[in-house]
Amino acid sequence: MSLREARRDAALRLTLEGAWTARLIGDLEPLTLAVDLGGVRSLELDCGAIDTLDLSGAWLIHDLECRANAAGIAVSYDGSRPAIVALVEQTLLSAAGPPVVKPDRGIQPVVALGRGVLDRWQSAQTGLAFLGESALRFAHGFLDPRVWRPISIARHVQETGIHAIPIVALIAFLISVIIAYMGAQQLQQFGADIFVVDLVTVGVLRELGVLLTAIIVAGRSGSAFAAEIGAMRLNQEVDALKATGVEPLEVLVLPRWIGLMIALPLLTVIADAVGVLGGALVCHLLLDMPLVQYFQRVEESIADFTFWAGIVKAPAFALLIAASATYRGLQVRGSSRELGRLTTVAVVQSIFLVILADALFAVLFMEMGI
Amino acid sequence: MTMQPIIEARGIVNRFGTQVVHDGLDLTVHAGEIFGIVGGSGSGKSVLLNTLLGLRRPQAGEVRIRGTDITQLDDAALRSLKTLYGVTFQAGALFSALTVIQNVQLPMLEHLRLSPRVLEELAMLKVRLVGLPPEAAYKYPSQLSGGMVKRAALARALALDPQLLLLDEPTSGLDPISAAAFDELLMGLQRELALTVVMITHDLDSIFRNCNRVGVIVDRKLVAGDLDTIVHHPHPWIQAYFQGDRARRFGAAHGA
Repeated sequence: MSLREARRDAALRLTLEGAWTARLIGDLEPLTLAVDLGGVRSLELDCGAIDTLDLSGAWLIHDLECRANAAGIAVSYDGSRPAIVALVEQTLLSAAGPPVVKPDRGIQPVVALGRGVLDRWQSAQTGLAFLGESALRFAHGFLDPRVWRPISIARHVQETGIHAIPIVALIAFLISVIIAYMGAQQLQQFGADIFVVDLVTVGVLRELGVLLTAIIVAGRSGSAFAAEIGAMRLNQEVDALKATGVEPLEVLVLPRWIGLMIALPLLTVIADAVGVLGGALVCHLLLDMPLVQYFQRVEESIADFTFWAGIVKAPAFALLIAASATYRGLQVRGSSRELGRLTTVAVVQSIFLVILADALFAVLFMEMGI
Repeated sequence: MTMQPIIEARGIVNRFGTQVVHDGLDLTVHAGEIFGIVGGSGSGKSVLLNTLLGLRRPQAGEVRIRGTDITQLDDAALRSLKTLYGVTFQAGALFSALTVIQNVQLPMLEHLRLSPRVLEELAMLKVRLVGLPPEAAYKYPSQLSGGMVKRAALARALALDPQLLLLDEPTSGLDPISAAAFDELLMGLQRELALTVVMITHDLDSIFRNCNRVGVIVDRKLVAGDLDTIVHHPHPWIQAYFQGDRARRFGAAHGA
């Protein structure tokens, strides 16, 4: 029994015993709250039987004292008041200061909306400034080619390009197999098997090859860029660069842009080739089409612009991905949560911009009659 | 006092590949004392701390905390033992996504079952106890000054009212005034709460001001003794550390 009550008329005596420590506070607090102070005039506390008393226990005793004082009850101790209870009282009284206004977590929706709009506008402005400055830095390279750092660029081509070959090839292969398979099922009904080849070839070369590659790269390299640069910001490495007189845009941002703009088109070529081969496999195994016939049809289905209509989009997608990711990385400040959030934003925004650009290209090509 | 020592480490061997950091290291910390650990860079002070904390299993040796050998415990038992001590890390290591008060509440939420009111008030008590103003409780670590981060870290270390505190360079990076204030705070708390403190430090001021006993890591072992013994110890490194130019100025100021 940690708490025993003894009442006599308007006098209440509480005997506290056992351990009053942090571990037991969960059980002790309800006990103290259950003490009915109604009609009590004086409260006597006996702490003599407590064997362990720590700060949490002392706080609970102090809390009891405060409740009694608030009800106008006189509090006294049988024996001496434990010093640690005095410490709690002293701590809570010291420099109380102005009342603490807890930051309002339940912010009204309207205020949130307004703030959101202003933030977006601010963000758009800084984004534009970032693009401009980076472009200027790049242009500076025509005067002083050292601005373009070939070793750094080569590293990024290796990481975003060469290391991505297996995954890009695999996905391009699987997607073209799926399309060929689905197409074959439908076209077989009309005896139009041969057009599966057209479907795969034109589909992969014009759209799917570049789009899927860009999406994979956005996930892979977009997150990598944002996280790397974001972590450097958290570690003050970016500040250190600036302090050493080295421009972060030159060293961190531009090489990633250029590296990705080189890597993505090359990856697309690989994706295109593997895609066409995937189609060949399905046609050969499923439709019993001789490979010679397949590749002959491929040649027939391609127009002059088919391949280039796909490839020309690649550098544009690369720029969108790299710009978005590096920008988000540089925005990181404060906590690890920000790093996670901005990495996510970087990937999602990259993918969105890529698909948006693809749609715009489609309209453009249609108008141009390509 | 024939009380069991709070920490007793015997024959600790810590090795990274072929590099031996500790070779048969012994350490004893008695209840209620402030024990300073000193050592050159690379002598393995943080490694030793990690070994004492159970974050690292040594290649050999035993570590007894309150009599229990932590190197032999399973995960569940070790986790429960960790509530018996509070730790601060060199760079503060506050959880950057949480406010100060939420940092203090995290161990409480994890190991105790408390009503929301008690959770809030007890955590606030710890925050006030380390000398932080109430407003600081709702700030994020990135909004605090270095001195405040160290105090917040101490508040979190005290969350579960441990009897043992292990501090890794608690005053590093603080200006002399803040460092002195922190020392005062630590001394006061140690006295009022009857804490045992193990402190890794380079701060000669802290050593001379706070520590009852000091352990120096030299030659992959620990040489321990009270302040007077250590300061006059014949080992060349210890001599250089405590009798070198910087130390002598402090020694003179503190009458050592």
